[in-house]
Amino acid sequence: MDTGTFRGIITGLLIIAFLGITWWAYSRRRKPDFDEAAQLPFADDDEQPNRDSSASQQRSPREQESEADSRKDRGDENA
Amino acid sequence: MSTALEHPTYNYKVVRQFAIMTVVWGIVGMLLGVILASQLVWPQLNLDLPWTSFGRLRPLHTNAVIFAFGGSALMATSYYVVQRTCQTRLFSDRLAAFTFWGWQAVIVSAVVTLPLGYTTTKEYAELEWPINILIAVVWVSYAIVFLMTIKQRKTSHIYVANWFFAAFILTVAVLHIVNNAAIPVTMMYSTSIYAGAIDAMVQWWYGHNAVGFFLTAGFLGMMYYFVPKQAERPVYSYRLSIVHFWALIMVYMWAGPHHLHYTALPNWAQSLGMVMSIILLAPSWGGMINGMMTLSGAWHKLRTDPTLRFLVVALSFYGMSTFEGPMMAVKTVNALSHYTDWTIGHVHAGALGWVAMITIGSMYHLIPRLFGRTEMYSVGMIAVHFWLATIGTVLYIAAMWVNGILQGLMWRAINPDGTLMYTFVEAVEASGPGYIVRLIGGLFWVIGMLIMAYNVFMTVKRSQALSQQPLPQTA
Repeated sequence: MDTGTFRGIITGLLIIAFLGITWWAYSRRRKPDFDEAAQLPFADDDEQPNRDSSASQQRSPREQESEADSRKDRGDENA
Repeated sequence: MSTALEHPTYNYKVVRQFAIMTVVWGIVGMLLGVILASQLVWPQLNLDLPWTSFGRLRPLHTNAVIFAFGGSALMATSYYVVQRTCQTRLFSDRLAAFTFWGWQAVIVSAVVTLPLGYTTTKEYAELEWPINILIAVVWVSYAIVFLMTIKQRKTSHIYVANWFFAAFILTVAVLHIVNNAAIPVTMMYSTSIYAGAIDAMVQWWYGHNAVGFFLTAGFLGMMYYFVPKQAERPVYSYRLSIVHFWALIMVYMWAGPHHLHYTALPNWAQSLGMVMSIILLAPSWGGMINGMMTLSGAWHKLRTDPTLRFLVVALSFYGMSTFEGPMMAVKTVNALSHYTDWTIGHVHAGALGWVAMITIGSMYHLIPRLFGRTEMYSVGMIAVHFWLATIGTVLYIAAMWVNGILQGLMWRAINPDGTLMYTFVEAVEASGPGYIVRLIGGLFWVIGMLIMAYNVFMTVKRSQALSQQPLPQTA
């Protein structure tokens, strides 16, 4: 086998691999799995443990004073 | 650091350490960049000393921004993301601590040896062999910590960000070890085991994949966690993320020869590198589109959230520089652009616009959470930093485009009798104004980073004050 044929075969194999991955990723069967995986950044909502216990219990009075913390809509509270 | 900040499950200590050092090394690296930019405007600023000359400080700048700033950011975010998306603690606290101290030791040795003139002369791989061995040990430890954490995951899926981080870690290990294979001659001098054109090819196989895996795959991993998190919606297409991941991995490996157009490298290898570089546009834009589209329906958040603005503008610069890159890899374009400031501009569109912006956006999300808060000390300061960084980048790359095209055209201009129309120094002289604009752009960046440092300092300080309050009694 000469070098040209070898390169051709490698190129062909890579195309098949690429098409295979695309077919696999876009098959309907994978959809529920991927939807689940896409939620992973939000699955672990540990905003409370992330704060130490003393801080989280004291938050309410302090929070009113603190301007930055009052913008709660920008924390990662979404589940 | 107060133990009250410790997370019950996760190891946040090592993440905190890397996050703080990201800011510190960012300032150091960018300040070095500003010093170098000033030297190009006022050459006497090299102080006539060997240790502060351009040739020695330049590799220190590149190592500091890529490996110290970028490396610390990647390690901080990868350790954070892998724990949170696998819902498990890092594999080993001690090994993780070793990666932190080991990596800092590597950086400090770079700070000492590069100005002293110890260099292998390989771009982005200048460090000499004893330091390279330390890097290899630290990097393998990093790979073990990261991959074993994935192995111990409590979730069934491996989130796409972790795929990118894993690819970056594994590939950089291979690249570093292969490219730095050398025969030690003395304690601080070695020669490459490769010779001639092969050495050049190995170097740029390494060099371009350092861009592809360190500065792209790693930061895409960052993007795939922090953009959805900050936009509060899942990634636009998980399927696209898989397809463009594998396409990126398969194609990037072959693009290196475009750094060696019109050199002693065989012509077929140059053409192969050019073609592969053009193909690379597709997987690169796959990532950019996926990140951007994640924002659909949440664009209004950009008005109030400067952190999200950092992340989105980073994606825009990523899209722009991954279009510019393939274009510059076309041989005929490269004939004009190579060896000019256009290359420097292109690198900084990627390094400042993409890498640094996505890092800073991620840090503004990450740092308050690491210190038990929901937001940074001042959101206003993030907005100021955002504008300084954006304007700084635009000034920088616009100046380098102008300079690059100017230089390229002046160098190739010939008189009717075939002699060169301009001497080299005339092109240098013509570049002067561009160098001043670039310096201003760089200053914008350093000022922005100093504002970030103050903001981070105040966030940490307030978090400590909060955790020192006595525990209220629960009835």
